[in-house]
Amino acid sequence: MHDKTVAELARDLEQGKVSSVELTQHFLDRIKQEDTRYNSFITVTEDEALRDAKAADERRASGDATPWTGIPFAHKDIFCTNGVRTTCGSRMLENFVPPYDATVTARFRSAGAVCLGKTNMDEFAMGSSTESSYFGATKNPWGDNHVPGGSSGGSAAAVAARLIPAATATDTGGSIRQPAALCGVSGLKPTYGRVSRYGMIAFASSLDQGGTMARTAEDNAMMLNVMAGFDPKDSTCIDKPVPDYTATLNEPLKGLKIGLPKEYFTDQLDSQMAQQVRTAVSEYEKLGATVKDISLPNTHLAIAAYYVIAPAEASANLSRFDGVRYGYRCEDPKDLLDLYTRTRAEGFGEEVKRRILIGSYALSAGYYDAYYLKAQKVRRLIQQDFIKAFEDVDVIMGPSSPSPAFTLGSKTDDPVKMYLEDIYTIAINLAGVPAMSIPAGQINGLPVGLQLIGNYFDEARLLNAAHQYQQVTDWHTQAPAG
Amino acid sequence: MAISREDIEKVALLARIRLDDSQVASLENDLGNILNLVDQLQAADTSSVEPLAHPLDATQRLRADEVTESNQREAFQRIAPATEDGLYLVPRVIE
Repeated sequence: MHDKTVAELARDLEQGKVSSVELTQHFLDRIKQEDTRYNSFITVTEDEALRDAKAADERRASGDATPWTGIPFAHKDIFCTNGVRTTCGSRMLENFVPPYDATVTARFRSAGAVCLGKTNMDEFAMGSSTESSYFGATKNPWGDNHVPGGSSGGSAAAVAARLIPAATATDTGGSIRQPAALCGVSGLKPTYGRVSRYGMIAFASSLDQGGTMARTAEDNAMMLNVMAGFDPKDSTCIDKPVPDYTATLNEPLKGLKIGLPKEYFTDQLDSQMAQQVRTAVSEYEKLGATVKDISLPNTHLAIAAYYVIAPAEASANLSRFDGVRYGYRCEDPKDLLDLYTRTRAEGFGEEVKRRILIGSYALSAGYYDAYYLKAQKVRRLIQQDFIKAFEDVDVIMGPSSPSPAFTLGSKTDDPVKMYLEDIYTIAINLAGVPAMSIPAGQINGLPVGLQLIGNYFDEARLLNAAHQYQQVTDWHTQAPAG
Repeated sequence: MAISREDIEKVALLARIRLDDSQVASLENDLGNILNLVDQLQAADTSSVEPLAHPLDATQRLRADEVTESNQREAFQRIAPATEDGLYLVPRVIE
């Protein structure tokens, strides 16, 4: 049962081959048995899940079902869930139980989906390995001593290990695509503003984007059908019609124009990785696509711009964690300054503190123009690169990560080394365009991801291109042992 | 670009994060490396470039000036570290 995709499980539920209660119990049992190895969940909500599964079965019996009614899934622990602990991977929110749902959570709830729990993540989504979680590192199901990537490493590992068929995720600088690549699953970061950020704990507001993680492009399309769309509660959410993302999955790719940026295929890229990506692109040529070399000349500035803009926004967003209204508070504060400074020293982990300090520094008097304003100008240059490229091509392709999953602990002592893990994903967030990662090979038994980058609001084309690739290849069906 | 201990201590105070001496020493190295990375930006010619704060260049959407939220003080204060009579408690500020 756990080898089936969301689409297959939806058909089984519709045909009465299985009930949601049976399905939910099956996945709960798998989480209990297997997740001691992976630590992909922070919270498992067994009672709520079985209650919701029962309600889903009743809803289906009454003829009022959506494709998601009764489907088990999980939320990244960054989405607020009414009545269910939401930690964001931090000690600061270890016991935080929100009194409201994020819009994404509410939409899955009203579709009748069954949430089995909250998945592990880098603290406040800051990281590329899920090692900065206060609740311990998540392990990659393809190799227990390897990282699953981050920050949505819990969602990626849980889907890869078949503990859940799909999970929500978020992406600020690559946090959906890089873990999807390292765990051999498919993940989509939509256009900035396509999915509401209301109730998604903010890290860097102009970059954060909720998205999808599942085994196939088809399942990602089904997820996006639930998540996408205008939300008056989020002033950055775009009011634009939402297509049915499953409707165009089977369109042929003949005439699709693919761009390969020369800046993605330099000596910095692992040669085997480059070869795997080129092999994947050649499959697209067999499907009727044409390939063109393109240039994104400001790619080399993306990490520098990101590590000014994201920490600057983080330093502002995380100022709300002060020990007064919710979350962690230090013991016996002697005065208000002591309350603030000790609460934040004890509640935040090292990477979060580093980014708050860098952000505060970049925004402080005397440095604002040299760092923050300069980074915002470079961001415009990076965006213009993409706008220009999409005048000539429909989709840009390249690697999702510079190498397959690295070993646990190998980069934790060097933040800059860790930051470089997102070298192929960060520019996309700065520009705000959509992108996805799909499994496209393996190196030494570890998955490799192909990144597909689209023009603004062109998620349907990305999903179509990914789905067509998955009709002629089987990388997305491969599962780790266990 | 190097960052001094004094700068780190000053920024930590602004950010309301207490640091001990060993943390300041390790941050001196880490933040210095991050700033070196960030300094690549200075090589870019941005003389005629407008800053980009929102990826879609969108401006803040306005809404009608109407009350849309209900009073949920009890629900919000239930999760607070310390409250009394509907107020959040903090250490004494005024002697």
